[in-house]
Amino acid sequence: MSEKTLTRMDLSEAVFSEVGLSRNESAQLVETVLQYMSDALVAGETVKISSFGTFSVRDKAARVGRNPKTGDEAPIPARRVLTFRPSHLMKDRVAAGNKA
Amino acid sequence: MIRSELIQKIADENPHLYQRDVERIVNTIFEEVIEAMARGDRVELRGFGAFSVKKRDARQGRNPRTGESVPVEEKHVPFFKTGKLLRDRLNGE
Repeated sequence: MSEKTLTRMDLSEAVFSEVGLSRNESAQLVETVLQYMSDALVAGETVKISSFGTFSVRDKAARVGRNPKTGDEAPIPARRVLTFRPSHLMKDRVAAGNKA
Repeated sequence: MIRSELIQKIADENPHLYQRDVERIVNTIFEEVIEAMARGDRVELRGFGAFSVKKRDARQGRNPRTGESVPVEEKHVPFFKTGKLLRDRLNGE
């Protein structure tokens, strides 16, 4: 696998070349999109982006975990976790693009 | 929240932008992420999370209806790991 890593900078560069905005404003908009999605999730909302995927928040009950190294029991408190379910379109495109 | 609501919220707060440009901006962002993963690349958005591609080895599957054994080819699937900041915010930290 190529293992290249894209960052916010690459996304704002894509926005910059797609729409006639300044680099600065493009970066700002990428940040805004991530911020709004995060805020909705923190408020407990599900974020559903058609043909991309669905981010949802799930409640996990407290349980007794174990330190895998030492075998010691360690309590894991109840917590909220985020799960991402990719759309069919995303799965198909990722599978097709990485086919050997 | 769905895609159109996200677009509307950004359009409302940026009255100097045309709605159709906001649509293009939001669509470009999600499209870039999919294209990157389709190339086998990762997308790391600090504080939010990281999108990457995981390889699933070929295996011997089973048709659940007939119980017949069927070969399943190796495939690549999208994966998302939540960023530390967002994970902490979800838990009120």
